[in-house]
Parts: sequence; C-alpha cells; structure tokens
Amino acid sequence: MDAKQDESAAKLQSVRSLKALMMTNSPQSNTNLYDHLTLLLMKVMDEHPHDAVDVIEDISQDVKLTFSEEKQNFLRDFPSTTAAELLAEKQRLLFSRPEEDEQEEQLMETLYPNVREVGFYLEQAGVGLGREEMQRIFLALKQLVESQALLGCRLWGKILGTESSYIVAEAQYIEGEEEEEKNAEEVAEKEEEREAQAKENEMYPLPQSTYKPPPAVPKEALGTGANKFVYYVCKEPGHSWVKLPSVSPAQITVARLIYKFFTGRLDHQIVSYPPFPGNEANYLRAQIARISAGTQVSPKGFFRIREEEGDEEDEVVQDSSEVNPDFEGIPVFEMASLSTWVHHIQYILQQGRCTWVNLAGKTGEDSNEEGEAEEKEEPDEPEPEVGPRLLDPLSKDSEMFNVPSWSSMVSSTLTFQHAVAVQRSNRWPGAYAYACGKKFENIYVGWGLKYAGEGYSPPVPPLPQKEYASDRKEIAEALDPSLEEEQELKEALDEQRAVQEEMEDIDDEDDED
Amino acid sequence: MDSRWLLCSLDLVAGNGCTVSLEHRAALQTSMVLLKKNYKFHRVLLWGKVLGLNKDYFIAQGRGDDELVDKKNLYSFDCVDWFLLPSATESMIQEVSVVAKRRFVGDPSYVYEHVEMSGGQDGAVDSPVVAKVSEESRLAVTVHQIDEEASVVPRGAFVKSPRGLVHVNRSFAGLSDSQAKKLDNFFHFRKAKNPNKKSVLEIGDLSPAIDFLDTLSDDVPKGSWSHQCECAGNVCVLRSLLWLGLTFYHLPMTPQHGYIYMGDGTRNLNLPFML
Repeated sequence: MDAKQDESAAKLQSVRSLKALMMTNSPQSNTNLYDHLTLLLMKVMDEHPHDAVDVIEDISQDVKLTFSEEKQNFLRDFPSTTAAELLAEKQRLLFSRPEEDEQEEQLMETLYPNVREVGFYLEQAGVGLGREEMQRIFLALKQLVESQALLGCRLWGKILGTESSYIVAEAQYIEGEEEEEKNAEEVAEKEEEREAQAKENEMYPLPQSTYKPPPAVPKEALGTGANKFVYYVCKEPGHSWVKLPSVSPAQITVARLIYKFFTGRLDHQIVSYPPFPGNEANYLRAQIARISAGTQVSPKGFFRIREEEGDEEDEVVQDSSEVNPDFEGIPVFEMASLSTWVHHIQYILQQGRCTWVNLAGKTGEDSNEEGEAEEKEEPDEPEPEVGPRLLDPLSKDSEMFNVPSWSSMVSSTLTFQHAVAVQRSNRWPGAYAYACGKKFENIYVGWGLKYAGEGYSPPVPPLPQKEYASDRKEIAEALDPSLEEEQELKEALDEQRAVQEEMEDIDDEDDED
Repeated sequence: MDSRWLLCSLDLVAGNGCTVSLEHRAALQTSMVLLKKNYKFHRVLLWGKVLGLNKDYFIAQGRGDDELVDKKNLYSFDCVDWFLLPSATESMIQEVSVVAKRRFVGDPSYVYEHVEMSGGQDGAVDSPVVAKVSEESRLAVTVHQIDEEASVVPRGAFVKSPRGLVHVNRSFAGLSDSQAKKLDNFFHFRKAKNPNKKSVLEIGDLSPAIDFLDTLSDDVPKGSWSHQCECAGNVCVLRSLLWLGLTFYHLPMTPQHGYIYMGDGTRNLNLPFML
C-alpha cells in the first residue's frame, strides 16, 4: 500500500511540477503553455472541426494571433478608404435617378442601346462580361448620353490592359466638335513655333538639314471614313468618360507595325520602333479604328448603300450606308454561314485612310510651277489603292496564316429554333457578332491586338544612308604603290632632275662664255 | 474552378469576355456530378475552354488524393459526354512543340504533320522524316503546359502534410486586402522549381507546410501577370500575359478562389515585344 501511495504521490508530484512548468510565463510573449492549450481546446470544442488533428498547427497559430491582438487592442487602426470603397461611392451615382424628369424620359426616344438585351444574347453565345457588370455599363452609357448630350451611342466593347482596362463606347459625331479639336491643334502648333524661335535666338544659327520628310497623309474629316464615329472610354463604369482624339493615317500605319499591350493609362508613352506618333490614347483610337474596319459586320440586307447623286463619274466608291427599313430577319441556319454577313464599316486602305488621296499630285504641281525647264521624268503616278467595298460579304475575307478569318457557330445545338448565330473573328481574337431574327450586334472584348500567326517579327530599321555618292573620284579606292614602284619612280625623277641640271649648267656656261 | 462554385464564380472571371452559355452551364452541373461518381475523383474542376477553329473543347480536371500529382483531364464538346485525355509525357511534349504551331482545329482526330528533309551528310537525300501528332495529344500537352506555367493558387490554400501529400487547407480564410495586392502571395500549382534561393531571413517567415510552391513574382519576364481588382473592386483578378486567356480570381477574406483558361491554346511568344 505504501509503495503504491508513494508511486501515486510521486506521479502527482511530477504532474504538479509539469503543470507549474506549463504555467511559467514565457519571457517574450508573456503567455504560458497552459493557458494556450486551454484556449486551443476551447476553440476546438466551440468549432468542432472534423479533422482537428490534421490542422492543429493552424488552429494553434490562430489562437496565438487572436490572443496577442486582444492584448493590443487599445489603439485602433485609422480606417483607410480602400479602392473598393472609393469605387462604390462613384458607382452609387450611377443608380441615382433624377426625380423631376421621369415622365419626360419615358417619352424621349431611346438614345442608348438596350445593353441588357445585348448582354442576354451574348451570354447565349458564350461571350460577355457578367450580368452585373453589363448592368453597370448600361447605366454608365446612360450617364454618358446625358452628360455629353449625344445623339446616340453604342457599347463598342472592352479592351483589356495590363494595369486596368478600357470600356469603349461609340457615339455619333456631332458637328460642333470639330472646332474644339482644331483649336487644340492650333494651340499646340503655336507653342512649338515659340519654342523653336526661342532656341534660334539663343544659339548661333546651326546648319539646317536638307532632308524633307515625305508629305504627311492628311487626316480624314470628322464624320467620314476612319473618323466616322467618336469614341469615349472609361476605366470602370462610374468613372468619368474621356473622349478619344480623332485618328490620323500616320497613326494607323504605325499601329499596323507595332505589337504592344495597353497599360490602362491614357497618357502612357508608347516606346516602340517605328516610333508611334502619339501616346496611348492615340494608339487606342488607332486600334479601335482598325478593329471596327475589320470586324464590324451585319446580316446581309440590314444596311443598304445610300444612293447619292453622282458627284464625279470617276468615283465609284460607295462610302455611306443606311438602315434598310425593309429588312426581314434571316433564319438562323443561314446566318451560320459566311455569305449572309457583310461588312458595314469601310475598309482602311494601305495609306491609313478609307478614301484614297493622291499625294504625288501635289508635289507634281509644285515642281511644275517652280521649274518648267527641268523636265524630270516623274515617277509613275501611284495607282489608287483599292480595298474591299462596303457591304462585301465575309466569305471574301482572305485567310491569314492559313487560318480562316471567321469561325461561325450556333449557340445551342439542342434547341435550334431559338438559337443565336455567332461569328467569331480569328483575325482579331475577341471580336464577336451575333444575329437572332432581326436583331444583331457586334462587340469586341479582348486585348486589342491582331492575330500575329506564329510570331510577330518587328520591322527592321532601314539601312544606314551613304555619306558620299560612290562614284566620286576623290574617295575612289586604289592600291598604294609598293616600295619597288616608288623607288623606280624616285630614280626616274632623279634622272630627270640630273638631266635638267646638266642642261642648266651647260646653259650657264654658255652664258658666261 | 471548382464545380461546386461554378454558378457564382463564372461571373467573376467574365472580365475576359469569355463566359459559358446557360445551356452549357446547366449541362456542366449535371455531368460533373456524374464524372465525380464514375471516376471516383475527390473534386472535379472546370479547367476551361480551348477555342478551336471549328469547335471548342471544354476541359475538366479531376483531382484525387494528392492534388498536385493525381490529376486527370477530360475533354468534351457539349459538356455532356466527356473523353479522357492521355497524360502528357516528355516525348509527347517534345513532338508537339515541334509540329503543332497554329490554332487548334476542333477535331480531335486531326493529325498535324511536320516534314523534315533530313539531308544525309554523304549527299544522299534520306527519306523525309514525317512527325505526326494528333490533336488529342496536342490538347493534352497544352493543358499540361498551361498548368505548369500559369496555374495560380493563393498562399495558404493548399497544405502539404508531413507525408508529402498536398491537400486543400480547410482553415484557409482567404488573403486580406493588403495581402491580395502583392504578387508574392500567389503560387504556381506545380512541382516547385525554386528559381530563387531565398535568404535565411526570408525563410524564417515562411512555413514549410504552406510555402512549398513557387511564387508568381519569380516569373520571367517580370510583368507577365496583370493584377487588377474587378467587379466593383471586390474581386482580385490575375491574368496571365504569357498564356492569354488564363484568368485567376480570388475574393479577399473568403476562401473562394479558382482559375480558368479560355483561349486558343497557344503560348504568347511575342510577350517580350508587347510589354
């Protein structure tokens, strides 16, 4: 009995000492193991995790964190506004309704499209931005129309960027906007002139270069060609819409050669070769123009050529179209093939414009005026560039890199009668067009880049110019004379001199005599 | 993207422009449950969609005991009938990278051919070596490559048990807002290659059960991930610029995360020009 009592007393003693050990506060964290295990087991009892033994380390860490947080709870964190809160404030405004004009709004024509309906059909096709996001974009478009007093607008699509994305809206061009742009350009030009003058006055006049760059292709007038529509972008629905500047042919030509992601900041400088004339806003506008020209399609018959009274007999170009009131929908089966779709935006020519401009004609006139005596042979007049005509069917779109330009599909294989026909562009990945009955729509959601095949090869810089024309004698290369030749020449010259001196001596002697 | 969260999370990744139509969504809900039962997977994920010229492939992935190793991929055209893809071996990867360069066609039996004229050194022209690869194996290799190079999971979502098995961390409560802004807190879900050996100081902060994968910030080139907050700023979205179409989403402070690939299945080799 005694032995057993001693044993149990010893055990009790060791238990007590272990407990005392466990209750000693750790000098660093001022907690002890005993309390920690108590809290841990209480947490397990409260939460009942079914695999507690596997995640016991995590639970232990959580307990430690909460315990230390509670101790330090005297100071509260300054509540900083997160980006989500700022955005929510802005988007709250989208949902506000003006109280006065309710009845008037219902009577007005719908200037903005029914984006909900568009979103519904696009979802059938497997394209879209999510329902709530489409709803927010819808409200943002309404805000755009009201704030800018536009005649009509359309959701063009979304261009993704590395830091943020752009939501793009297309609007009809209004007459008065041209003056604003011209003023902005004139101001910029005046500033440049002032800077140039200031530099000249400061320094000695530097030699001027005789290089004359080729004449710039003129921009198309607003409302025609590549500048037919005006585009507004915003980063998120709720942010203010920014108007993009109109596009110039030089920008389109360079945009065709470079391959760059968008960053999401409109004032970002594009560093590329060939150097892009403009910042990201111009690049964005140029890509939008190219994508529109390449992928905006409609069912055949929806648009028809507007018949204008003939301006000149030479111009066969038809560059305007209008909605055909007699259009009746085409059944879905036929819409799934390429021949029932047509382009309704003009193609952008090699020059960078939709209508061709003869640049050589201008220079030809100048040289004729200045010097009629010099009749240089003028180079052959450049042939007018011709592209696919307006309302050409998609079946004429050529293949790129052995890949057909369009893939067509029907949204539903199980319920044919109510399906939507979809065309997906392979040239510009991200461009979609759907048609269902009388309704159709185009949208672009993508990175804003063309399909580059296996690899993009950047344009090579031009060869360096020659400093001198090669057929001038002063820099013609020749071999230096070798040593023997030089010595022979020297001996010959010495002989000649010796002979001459003899002759002179003889003459002198004769004279003396 | 886990099949249980399919309904609510497809809207979150839709910023890319690609969603799944309603008919396919309904079909997926049914067929994924059946897949899980038939193949005895622990979890079934909708891996994504590979767009072909004629038809699109839907890819699903089933995970077994060890999430990192037990993966099986299946493909389907209509989200109802699924076919098993072969697992990608080294030789398959080699062949595919030589032969298949263009877009996917949409027909699994399509054969890509690559003719190499192997001129003999003696001057005798040997018979041309024709390498053939079927689109099915190309698809398997592409899915494997995308998983290797562009899969993303947040830090803490997966735990490595002492026996070496990787499984889902049940007590993962999500990254906080500030943590979700740093690319360090996102890992590639593949066998760790450890490109940058970390200093002892940094290793002290890490826990071996959680930090056994490579972080995204070690990816070359820098800037090959686009990090944004979408859906009214609530969702943290990562998009890969190397494989255009891969989107990863995570709702901070919740355990919801996932990635999905919706694209044409080609690596973006022009990335250095584009940044």
